[in-house]
Amino acid sequence: MFSVVRTIWYVLLHMFHKRITVQYPDEKPYLAPRYRGRIILSRDPDGGERCVACYLCAAACPVDCIALQATEDPTGRRYPEFFRINFSRCIFCGFCEEACPTYAIQLTPDFEMGEYQRPNLVYEKEDLLINGPGKYPGYNFWRVCGVQIGGKDKGEAENEGPPVDIHSLLP
Amino acid sequence: MTSPYPILSILGILIVTLTLAAGLIWLERRLLALWQDRYGPNRVGPFGLLQVLADMIKIFFKEDWIPPFADKAVFVAAPAIIVVTVLMSFAVVPVAPGIIVSDLDVGLLFVLAMSSLGVYSVVLAGWSSDNKYALLGGVRAAAQMLSYEVFMGLSLMGVVLLAGSFNLTAIVEAQRNLWFVAPQFLGFVLFLIAGAAETRRLPFDLPEAESELIAGFHSEYSGMKFGMFFVGEYLGVILISCLITILFFGGWLGPVLPPIVWFLIKVMFFIAFFILMRAALPRPRFDQLMSWGWKLMLPLALANLLITGAVVLAWRS
Ligand code: SF4
Ligand code: SF4
Repeated sequence: MFSVVRTIWYVLLHMFHKRITVQYPDEKPYLAPRYRGRIILSRDPDGGERCVACYLCAAACPVDCIALQATEDPTGRRYPEFFRINFSRCIFCGFCEEACPTYAIQLTPDFEMGEYQRPNLVYEKEDLLINGPGKYPGYNFWRVCGVQIGGKDKGEAENEGPPVDIHSLLP
Repeated sequence: MTSPYPILSILGILIVTLTLAAGLIWLERRLLALWQDRYGPNRVGPFGLLQVLADMIKIFFKEDWIPPFADKAVFVAAPAIIVVTVLMSFAVVPVAPGIIVSDLDVGLLFVLAMSSLGVYSVVLAGWSSDNKYALLGGVRAAAQMLSYEVFMGLSLMGVVLLAGSFNLTAIVEAQRNLWFVAPQFLGFVLFLIAGAAETRRLPFDLPEAESELIAGFHSEYSGMKFGMFFVGEYLGVILISCLITILFFGGWLGPVLPPIVWFLIKVMFFIAFFILMRAALPRPRFDQLMSWGWKLMLPLALANLLITGAVVLAWRS
């Protein structure tokens, strides 16, 4: 019986506590950089598209909301011909970011993507691609991988020795 | 003694109580939020006051659906019963001298009778819905009514003994020197608990019990029929607050301010207290509720009545 009265008193005192509500549209909450929000495709520091159209993100996506088509430019660099994310199905799990070998696809701390029409939630590559490296500023996939592309021959990648001449006996 | 302008009083009380009941939806949400470190509805209009309007518009446009398996006539009548009985009770509530619809000599008995009738609404709603959760809610309401109605009446008899009348106006007048809450504190506490049980508010909302019975007796109700239950509940809260004010806190009596203002202040205080109880207390188990009612509250109410009677008798002789 006493505990009932005490409970009522303590609840009454909550009147003077600080409100925990964040008055959202007027007052934005702080979102950590790792927050999983709107997805972007980033670029290399030198401005090229990072995505190599490996389909790993599309395979990892539990709701199958990523669609893309791989293609190659004349120099042998792979890139997606189109890249489409259907955000009305995306659950923002971040698996695509985990799967991506090139840090191309990244989730950002932005969640304000409400639309009145469902088709407007389908983002094409133009909507996804940003003009920067996103969360990994120094990383350049094509400069560390061993694949030959225009402007970078075999053996010219970082930490890569020149190719071995298999026809020579010299060490 | 009836009011000089009966029609005016009827209209006035009707309009004020109904507006108040609607406003309580907003007040309850704001106060609950206040005690739970939130803000509550504060977007629509000043302080979110127009939220009430938005809620009303919404509930009016909801689909009003009667389940095909329900007993139609009873299903439709049930929500009306609760509103009608509570509004009838307001007829004998003296708001201020002269502002009363009908000054019955057995006003208190009338109120008790009407509030007991109100439980039919809940039981019938639960029964006619033909839904096991609704039925359980209805059964609980009946059992709750049985356990609480008894000591609710008895807890008030102390007041009646002291005032020597069942007439609510006379009861208020008898408190000129001392509010009855002082000599009848036990009666006040008992009536407060019984009142909360009577209005089926938390912590006694067992017939509704969202967490166990979906929505209890009104699981199958939608649209304005559901709204009627809501309005009935809020009207019940206002009524019980009015009764507490009249019976224990001197009704409209008070210095300086006009009587009606005093009455409203006191009533609002108890309404806020009911909301505070809802914010603070958990719902007891069903058997706990009943054993409390029969084994603790009823003997206490009887003892209170006996002692009050003895004291009054000794005083008079
Ligand atoms: S966040 Fe998850 S659901 Fe969304 S695109 Fe990436 S893998 Fe698919
Ligand atoms: S996993 Fe990365 S590189 Fe591969 S297709 Fe997806 S975004 Fe492009």
